[in-house]
Amino acid sequence: MDTPAPAPASARPGRMRSRTPARGFWRLREPIPKRLRVSLMVVSVVVPLAAWVILSGTKTVDPLFLPTPTSVFRAFQRLWSSGTLQSDMSATLTRVGIGFALVVVISVPLGVAIGTFESVQALFEPMIGLLRYMPAPAFIPLLIIWLGLGESSKITLLVVGTVFFNTLMSADAAGDVPKELIDASYTLGATRWTVVRKVVVPHALPGLIDAMRVNIAATWNLVVVAELIAAQSGLGYRIVRAQRFLQTDQIFAVLIVIGVIGVAIDLSFRALRNVAAPWAR
Amino acid sequence: MNGAVPKLEAVGLVKDFGGVRALDGVDIRVGNGELIAVVGASGCGKSTLLAIAAGLVPLTAGAVLLDGHPVAGPGPDRGLVFQSSTLYPWRTVRENVAFGLELRHLRKAEIRERVDGYLEVMRLQRFADHLPNQLSGGMKQRTAIARALATEPEVLLMDEPFGSLDAQTRSVMQEFLLDVWRETGTTILIVTHDVEESVFLSERVYVLSSRPGRVVEEIDVPFGRDRTREVLRHPTCHDLVAHVRDRLHVWAEAALAEA
Repeated sequence: MDTPAPAPASARPGRMRSRTPARGFWRLREPIPKRLRVSLMVVSVVVPLAAWVILSGTKTVDPLFLPTPTSVFRAFQRLWSSGTLQSDMSATLTRVGIGFALVVVISVPLGVAIGTFESVQALFEPMIGLLRYMPAPAFIPLLIIWLGLGESSKITLLVVGTVFFNTLMSADAAGDVPKELIDASYTLGATRWTVVRKVVVPHALPGLIDAMRVNIAATWNLVVVAELIAAQSGLGYRIVRAQRFLQTDQIFAVLIVIGVIGVAIDLSFRALRNVAAPWAR
Repeated sequence: MNGAVPKLEAVGLVKDFGGVRALDGVDIRVGNGELIAVVGASGCGKSTLLAIAAGLVPLTAGAVLLDGHPVAGPGPDRGLVFQSSTLYPWRTVRENVAFGLELRHLRKAEIRERVDGYLEVMRLQRFADHLPNQLSGGMKQRTAIARALATEPEVLLMDEPFGSLDAQTRSVMQEFLLDVWRETGTTILIVTHDVEESVFLSERVYVLSSRPGRVVEEIDVPFGRDRTREVLRHPTCHDLVAHVRDRLHVWAEAALAEA
């Protein structure tokens, strides 16, 4: 983007300067130079890492509170070679897998129905609108009373915490189908059911996948919460155990693993969207 | 038009929207193979008229007859082309055109053959495998017309089909529509606010008033089917266009005053 070179301040009245578009950093919705972008991205990772290295390495902060990167890496190696980390990851991922599969099975058809039929919308939306503002972690005591301490209470928590949001976001995706596209389909001979299957669902598909991508992040957060409270396995459980023995290096290691898996899940859903609906890229 | 039963007929069509009368006793006849235009100011209910003919909007009173039989609900016997693009964005041009045929469970080879035929009529072969978002506005409308024609409707209904195109593309598309009409012999009812377009394209123009919409005049256009853009320079054409504009002007002024 070329911008006219600003005139010397002495030659122009001050108000002219304020009209000149900012060069780079503060441009509203304008592409920034690639070099600036790359260097800002590097800064966003390097600065916190450097702060961590310096604060822990110089012992400015007690290593009990802030372990060094090296000790975190060693903790990671110990957890990995003993196989603990793998079995924790598998326990957590299984819970998320089952929980989110249930969420999708319930919320996608329900959301598509809400977005498509005003009758279904009137029937479900008020209640779902209310339920989604009840914080899922507040259901934990109730779920333990109802379902005990086993897997079912944890998986139910994931479903309760995610299903309402995913339903409403799926409904939005389905409701975005232009009315004229539906009308045009009728004039081509489509029945209502055909319109739902061959027009509404394909049109909503990228939105449905986006909703899943956003909401599985909530599931991924909640599973750790569930495991913090009552579990014998899982990444959340590993953190609680490490806390009991003041192993902050392990806590850090597990937190990083949680973050990396989360990013991997996010990227997988982005890839899925591009494969399933390349037309909407 | 002779005494035969018209292909499409609106008889005493009335449409109320929440107590407000939008269409008030509209009578329109479209003979087999004719190209008829309805012209009116914006808000006169001409799109509603077309939606009723398509069966998408229920009518308050009157009837829409296709070959003398009342129509109930939408169907592929009345193809509809909208002003905005209503192509399926995930389907290629070919797949869009095939949509109505797929619903009839025709054999794949037959679908392909028919789609190829209409792609050729609409000069779309080169774009057969493009997605709609790779097409220009004119190409999108050609695809929409091909899709509507592929199911071989009794009548092709067109709602401001070129309204969103730039002036140059629009005039090319108008001539193109005349070509397609001559080639396929399809009966066409087109609704537009563009007076020149209605005169240039059609054999008969129905002038619609606003609030409520009534047919205030029915004008036979004296140019033959083999007309070209030349007719637009013809004094008769100028007079017709000026006359219709004058009729519509009253309603446009009234609408503005009301607002």
